[in-house]
Amino acid sequence: MVVSSEKIKKVRILGLTGDEAVAQAVKQCDVDLISAYPITPQTIIVERLSEFVANGEVDAEFIAVESEHSALSVVTAAALTGARVFTATSSQGLALMFEILYITSALRAPVVMAIVNRALSAPINIHCDHSDTMGARDSGWIQFYAENVQEAYDLVFQAYKVAENKSVLLPTMVCLDGFTLSHTLERVELIDDTDALKYLPSKPTYPFPINPEKPITYGPLALPDFYFEFKVQQAEAMKQALKVIPEAMEEFGRISGRKYGFFEAYGLEDADVAVISLGSTSGTMRYVAKELRKEGYKVGTVKLTVYRPFPQDELAKALENIKVIVAMDRTLSFGAVGGPLFEDLRSLFYDSEQRPLIADVVYGLGGRDLTPDDARAIFKYGLEISKTGHVPEKVKFVGVRE
Amino acid sequence: MSKKPGWREIPIGGLILEPGSTVKVRTGDWRTFRPIIDHDKCIKCLMCWIYCPDASIIIVGSGDTVERVEIDYDHCKGCGICERVCPRKAISMVPEGG
Repeated sequence: MVVSSEKIKKVRILGLTGDEAVAQAVKQCDVDLISAYPITPQTIIVERLSEFVANGEVDAEFIAVESEHSALSVVTAAALTGARVFTATSSQGLALMFEILYITSALRAPVVMAIVNRALSAPINIHCDHSDTMGARDSGWIQFYAENVQEAYDLVFQAYKVAENKSVLLPTMVCLDGFTLSHTLERVELIDDTDALKYLPSKPTYPFPINPEKPITYGPLALPDFYFEFKVQQAEAMKQALKVIPEAMEEFGRISGRKYGFFEAYGLEDADVAVISLGSTSGTMRYVAKELRKEGYKVGTVKLTVYRPFPQDELAKALENIKVIVAMDRTLSFGAVGGPLFEDLRSLFYDSEQRPLIADVVYGLGGRDLTPDDARAIFKYGLEISKTGHVPEKVKFVGVRE
Repeated sequence: MSKKPGWREIPIGGLILEPGSTVKVRTGDWRTFRPIIDHDKCIKCLMCWIYCPDASIIIVGSGDTVERVEIDYDHCKGCGICERVCPRKAISMVPEGG
C-alpha cells in the first residue's frame, strides 16, 4: 500500500483491531448473507458481524451453523443465488472446509472469506503461521495477504471487486496474521459508505442466479469427457484475475488514496539481496532493511500481497537485477525441496537469464516471534550468499532452538 | 460420434443451462433386470408410478382415464422398486439379454 500525499476528502479514522477492521469493511460492502463458525483468533469478526446484523446496522441474514464445513457450504449456495456473502475462519476451521473450498471455486461462486492465519494442530496452538492458507493454495481461491490492519480492511473491498468480476468469478481469501494483526489495535482510515457502494459492482454477484422460473442444473456430474474442460476454465479465470486485480486496485486507490499492487517493493533499484515475505513480517523486514541501507548494505524487500494468482511476470521484472533472493516461508512443506514461496520463486527464475541464487528461510511457526535481530541475521545470510555465490542450505530455520 | 465442445464453448462451473436435459441420457443401458408388466393382472393403481425414482412409468390415456401403464425402457435402470410395491404382483423382473 502506498499512501497518496494529497488528501482526497475528509476521512473517518477509527482505532480497530484487525478482526474489527474486517467486520467494519464487510459491513460497508452491503453483504446479504453471512455464515460462520467462531474459532480463535477469527472470533471477533464473527461476533462483530452478528452484532451488526442483530442491531440492524447490516441488512443481512446471519446463519449460525454447527461447523465450518457447513458455513462454507451455506455461503457457496447463497452466492449462487446472486447474493453477496461472507465467511471467516482460521486454522482447523479452514482445514474442515477443505472439501468445500474446491467446490466453491469450481462452482465459480464469488465468496469472500477472511482467514486469520493460525498454526495447524498438533500440538494445538492458536498463534500465527501460514500453514493453514498455504495448504489451500491450490484450491482455486485467490489469496490476498495483509501486512497491517489498514490493509486487512482495504483488501476486503478489493476482494469483492475481483471475485465478482464476470471474467474472474473466483472466491477470494483475505489473509491476516493471527493476533499480530487480528488482535492489535491500529489506526484505520475508513472509506466513505457511498464510495464503497459505488466501488462494488451491482448485484446479482453471480451471472446465473438460482431462479425457479429458469431452471439450471448446478454442480452436476462431469465424467472424463468433460471434467478436464471445467478445470481449464478455472485456470483461465486465474489468468484473467491477473489482469483484473491491478484495475481493481487502481480504482480503489482513487477512492481511498491508498494504492495497492500485486506486491510492494522497497530498495530494489540498487539491491543485491532481496527478501520476500507475506503478511505482518514484511513490516519488520522493511524496517530492518532501512537500517541496513543506512549502514551501506544493498538490501531490499518485497511484500507479496497477492499470492494466488502468483504475479510471475511482474515479480520476474521487479527482481531481474537481484543477485540473491531470500524467500520467507511461514510454513513447512514436509519432505519437499523447500517452502511454497521458495519453490514458486525458484521455479519462476529457472528460465531467467541472470538466474539469481534463491534461499529459503522457514520462520515463525506456531507464532514464534521474528525479532529485528532475526531479520538482520536473515539479510546478513543473504549478503553472505551474495559474497560466496553459494547457498549453504536449501532451507534454513530461523528462530528455532537446536 | 460428434465432436464434443472445447472449454471455451461450455458454460462455467459445470452449469447445465437447459432444463430437463437428463432425458437425453439413456440410463436404460445400465439395466441388468427388465421389468415386464402383466396387463391382465394390472389394476392401474399407479403405485409403481408413485414409487419409480426415475419417472420411467408412463401412463397411457387421456384426461383422468388410465388406459394402460407402460415402462420407459430408455430411462428405466431396472431397480425393481415397481416389482416390490405392486400389490397385484403384476410386474416381474426378467434378466436382460436372457
